[in-house]
Amino acid sequence: MIKHATIEKNSILLTVLVLVVVSIGGIVELAPLFYLESTIEKVEGMRPYSPLELSGRDIYVREGCYNCHSQMIRPLRDEAERYGHYSLAAESMYDHPFQWGSKRTGPDLARVGGRYSDEWHTAHMRDPRALVPESVMPGYPFLATTPLDSADIAAHLKANRMVGVPYTDEMIANAATDLAAQVDPDSDEMEALLARYPKAQVRDFDGNPEMISEMDALIAYMQMLGTLVDFGSYKAEGENLR
Amino acid sequence: MHILSMLMLALGAAATVTLALQASDGVMSFHAGLMALFFLAGIVLLHRRRSKWTGDEGYEDGIIRAGAIASTFWGVVGFLVGLVIALQLAFPVLNFDLPWTNFGRLRPLHTSAVIFAFGGNVLLMTSFHVVQRTCRARLAGGWAPWFVFWGYQLFIVMAATGYVLGVTQSKEYAEPEWYVDLWLTLVWVVYLLVFLGTLWKRREPHIYVANWFYLAFIVTVAMLHIINNLAVPVSWTGTQSYGLWAGVQDALTQWWYGHNAVGFFLTAGFLGIMYYYVPKRAERPIYSYRLSIVHFWSLIFLYIWAGPHHLHYTALPEWSQTLGMTFSIILWMPSWGGMVNGLMTLSGAWDKLRTDPVLRMMVVSLAFYGMSTFEGPLMAIKEVNALSHYTDWTIGHVHSGALGWVAFVSFGALYHIVPIMWARQRLYSMVLVNVHFWISTIGILLYITAMWVSGILQGLMWRAYDHLGFLEYSFVETVAAMHPFYVIRALGGLLFVIGSLVMTYNLWRTMRGDLRLEASPIPSAEPAPAMGAAS
Repeated sequence: MIKHATIEKNSILLTVLVLVVVSIGGIVELAPLFYLESTIEKVEGMRPYSPLELSGRDIYVREGCYNCHSQMIRPLRDEAERYGHYSLAAESMYDHPFQWGSKRTGPDLARVGGRYSDEWHTAHMRDPRALVPESVMPGYPFLATTPLDSADIAAHLKANRMVGVPYTDEMIANAATDLAAQVDPDSDEMEALLARYPKAQVRDFDGNPEMISEMDALIAYMQMLGTLVDFGSYKAEGENLR
Repeated sequence: MHILSMLMLALGAAATVTLALQASDGVMSFHAGLMALFFLAGIVLLHRRRSKWTGDEGYEDGIIRAGAIASTFWGVVGFLVGLVIALQLAFPVLNFDLPWTNFGRLRPLHTSAVIFAFGGNVLLMTSFHVVQRTCRARLAGGWAPWFVFWGYQLFIVMAATGYVLGVTQSKEYAEPEWYVDLWLTLVWVVYLLVFLGTLWKRREPHIYVANWFYLAFIVTVAMLHIINNLAVPVSWTGTQSYGLWAGVQDALTQWWYGHNAVGFFLTAGFLGIMYYYVPKRAERPIYSYRLSIVHFWSLIFLYIWAGPHHLHYTALPEWSQTLGMTFSIILWMPSWGGMVNGLMTLSGAWDKLRTDPVLRMMVVSLAFYGMSTFEGPLMAIKEVNALSHYTDWTIGHVHSGALGWVAFVSFGALYHIVPIMWARQRLYSMVLVNVHFWISTIGILLYITAMWVSGILQGLMWRAYDHLGFLEYSFVETVAAMHPFYVIRALGGLLFVIGSLVMTYNLWRTMRGDLRLEASPIPSAEPAPAMGAAS
């Protein structure tokens, strides 16, 4: 049995022991999440974000929306009634990084897709208190007037593929056309877009056909949140491990 | 060695100038330009001050003076931004609907400014002070400690300007993007080497307990920082990246990091402060050596497990949530063990609390530490967390720890260090320390009580049902109910800012060498006249 005085007199031994002691908890809790198959449910419908949705998600991250909005519905009665079915791990499996959040200064957004019209979102982003007088949300009028910078969209898909999102070569090659096609219902590319990204919603989200704005991208992202998994047919399988 | 240092700095300058010219976005060329300036300034400084950094005599105290100024400056900045975002929540018009001033971008600016800029500089300053004094050795590495100091300031400036300009990876308390993370890693490794190098030079057989805590803080923060921030950049010349982890694994990696930013940055490091400055100030040895050993190993072992309590009832597997909850509750014990060790150090010196407001600040910080490390395990219980999670209760809890514990023990250390480092007889004014103490304490109490009420109120409103079985309140009704408490919270924050300005003034006058004429804080030694003795 070594005496503590031995450790106190040897800085390297102290450093190594500290490193061992602080590693244990992380290894036990984190490592199994990567190989236990029960961690992420098998569900139908999850797919990578379309290029426009991914751009919208980048804006969501850039503006720090996660500071006030969670995207994680807990299996509690009031949350199910307020926001919908509890969130599945599978629903954020392509989220680099995750957007579960930690504070609800505003409501949860995990299933906000389809709840409000595009017009509502556009007006609300421009001036939240025009629609919801008690709201404390900042206004984001500049999103509608800022063109979306999508020159390197293919590089974004590639980087996502490197961290594990299953974007195909075809998706990467067509990233720029898919992005433009999603805001243009008359586009010839629409069918190809929908084949690559099922359930993608195609329309001019911000009501301004002159320009693909940051508002287009952000609303496209918000309108798809929580819409991919069909909970009409989803059945929780096996023992409930949560 | 000198040539090699120069060569490395020149290489750094060349690389960052190239990056600044080739950058694919404006923020990257701005930040690469800052790094280039850093390297060029380093070359000039190294050339001009070569002789200063070669000796091994005495202590390197210049860096501690620089640390005291930086800590005070960043403290005031961080508290001010906190006040601004508190006001934004009460009066949303203050967001001005601009990209650079909205709450979503300023909130990370506040958290990073107080945790990393203020807290980090206090830790750099005190660890460099403590390790030199307790080892009786000059800081190792010649100019390396200055590289750590200025490199860390550059990290802060890049992180802060990045947030305002929309560069973030959206992981709480780890928002800086990949290149800023790499820069911090470099600075941190040099910090570890300087610290270890000084330990190797020590002229004392034992490594003092405060240094164990500093060492654990440096080593563990390195581990957490690297693993949580692994990412693939979209382009090597651009700011944006995508993190390596996704979804549920990312969530737990993040909160493993996040909770231990609390556990190691804001706790272990600051316990290092406690273990040196409280006994110094009380002029008593640490209460129990044995308790120090138990405290140290149990605290660092247990803290790492507590992350999952940030993810109760989420899509994280339940076994993990249960483990996190269990260890969070056990963690209460070593936390209070440390508090007891600090408080009991005052045995036989309790009278100093009446006469020394600096020591009082330290002791009250330990009381707040005890309170928030009791509240934390309570909130980690799943059933309590179901109510508290996503509400202001969490914000209040964080601030009782951050303002009451971290900031107060830091203020105590600053008040202790500045007169010594500037070779002054005493602080400019003890009365002003007392004023600071009371203004800030009232500010903290307003803050945390407002957040208790608003948090629990909102949690209850969210789950309230009417007699027909429908949800009683719409979400926005619960937002409207928060308004008065947000105003009270902002008032508490304002008081805290005012307190920090009083401290800044007092420290500045102390640095200048001024002494305010004050009656001795010790009550008159004359015995009170016997009752009825007169007339």
